[in-house]
Amino acid sequence: MMVGGQSYSPGIGTGRPWTFYALATLFGLFLLFLYGPMLVMYTLSFQGLHGGVTFPMVGFSTVWFEDIVKPDQMANIPVSFGRSVALASIVSLLTIGFSVAAGLAFRRRFPGSGLLFYLAVASLVMPSLLVGFGIGLGFKALGWKTDLFTSALGAQLTWTLPFGLFAMFAVVNRFNRAYEEAANDLGASPWQRFRYVTLPILLPGIIGVGMGAFTLSYDEYARTTLVIGERNTLPLEIYALISSASSPMLFAIGTVTTAASFLVIGLTLWRIFHIQKRRAGAGISK
Amino acid sequence: MKATHAAASEANRPEPRFDVELVAVTKRYDQTVAVDAISLRIPPASYCCLLGPSGCGKTSTLRMIAGHEHVTDGDILIRDRNITDLPPARRGTAMMFQSYALFPHLNCLDNVAFSLKMRGVAKAERQARAREFLDLVEMDEFAGRFPAQLSGGQQQRVALARSLITEPQVLLLDEPLSALDPFLRVRMREELKRLQRELGITFIHVTHSQDEAMALADLMVVMDQGRIRQAGSPREIFERPASAFIARFIGGHNVVPTLGGVVAVRADRCRIGNPGSGPHLSGRVAAVEYQGPVVRVALETQSGEQAAALLPDDAFFAGPVRPGDAATLVWSEADAHQLELA
Repeated sequence: MMVGGQSYSPGIGTGRPWTFYALATLFGLFLLFLYGPMLVMYTLSFQGLHGGVTFPMVGFSTVWFEDIVKPDQMANIPVSFGRSVALASIVSLLTIGFSVAAGLAFRRRFPGSGLLFYLAVASLVMPSLLVGFGIGLGFKALGWKTDLFTSALGAQLTWTLPFGLFAMFAVVNRFNRAYEEAANDLGASPWQRFRYVTLPILLPGIIGVGMGAFTLSYDEYARTTLVIGERNTLPLEIYALISSASSPMLFAIGTVTTAASFLVIGLTLWRIFHIQKRRAGAGISK
Repeated sequence: MKATHAAASEANRPEPRFDVELVAVTKRYDQTVAVDAISLRIPPASYCCLLGPSGCGKTSTLRMIAGHEHVTDGDILIRDRNITDLPPARRGTAMMFQSYALFPHLNCLDNVAFSLKMRGVAKAERQARAREFLDLVEMDEFAGRFPAQLSGGQQQRVALARSLITEPQVLLLDEPLSALDPFLRVRMREELKRLQRELGITFIHVTHSQDEAMALADLMVVMDQGRIRQAGSPREIFERPASAFIARFIGGHNVVPTLGGVVAVRADRCRIGNPGSGPHLSGRVAAVEYQGPVVRVALETQSGEQAAALLPDDAFFAGPVRPGDAATLVWSEADAHQLELA
């Protein structure tokens, strides 16, 4: 197990102190607490046809996975999954657009920059449920219908935009302005400078911000629940399912969505890794 | 004082007398004055070094010439053309940044070809041209490499090629050698000088190292507190420093108060010996440094003044002194250079 003791070099002839073993055990237990429930869920999603939502396993089957896509279910998982992905994609793109622009703008002070910054912080601090509630009330007062790509989209942006902005601060902080000056010096127009210098250099960070926003949106519940209207996202659909009935199908949904998440994360990391590798140049010239 | 208008065509203009002309150029940041109304004329095809301690305004001056810093007051002319308010790329300057600022996501060839791409030059043509310039700095075999795969010296060559491909009339270099190790520094310095000679354009090189400036400059400009303290050839400045500040900053001088005022005496013109009737300075030996061809003997007077003699090694070893010994520094009247009081 990779524990803090790796880089610790004890004096000659002395073993590791007892605290090492105590902390290693604690850390092991924490990992178990973290991943144990998920492992249980993944295992139980392959429960046999006559098994229940608890151990023991009664045989082995993939019937619960088939149930997900079977029509006439109480909950329409594939459709809500599609909605969630669509919503998360839009949220992610909007978050990238706004936070890149804001991140670059915040490099210098402008009138109201302090106020804007604190407003962004405030949006993170406010209780999620109340934000959703407020948006719902607002829509009602204006006589608008709450829906997936209007009120729910807005509610999620109140959450992802500040996060995206803070992440962009970290990304932009490491950006050397001399690159932009060099671009100016070499005759790039402001747009060319952004397109050919700033954007490509920041790209790994921007992909990260986009992924962060995507995952925040994908499993958002508290802000979305009161403003979703009639078309549920996946987390809302699952929640409805949990409160009405429980079968190993829930676990199967968990397994599938986790696999989907890992796929997306894996692809992202792969992309970032390749950009970095090309720049650090593990692979030599053309 | 606005000079010839930019619209005048290049052809029927007389040969410019100066490559760069600064006319009372001032840079103010809020309350602080970084550059205080400096004026300077750089003759055609010069190697000009802006030298001074950190915070003296040399980098601000360079960045104003480059167009990366707004000029608060005054005018900047390049070949008789007032470029004070032009964008960087339209001034006829190119800048090499201190950290080189090579684009990390582009390989050497694309880095060098960048300015041509911005101007819409077709790919084949711009790459061929970029290869020529990589060739010029002997980096042609590294065309496909990314900046992170290059050493500091190689990165500098690529940065040089990237600046030169814009065919500047003036190349601006911001502490170009400071990131290199001492051996490479001397080699690159020779190469910068060779390039400048061969290209026949003006280089303006900012440095805080007097060795570098002395080795390179046709025109050496010593700055302090936002002003030019002295400008001239390195030899002029070394032999006739204008002030105590200059004499101390360029080194190799003793600044000695005498009855007739403050004088500077070159340390290599001082000897350890008997006071006699000539000018002298007595004290104790504070340190002895063997430097190969010369030995540096540092002296501290009773009143705490510092002075030093650079003695040829054979002269030193003919009558060596040790730290703590009483010693007297002597020089001939003719070697004492009167300093301005400032």
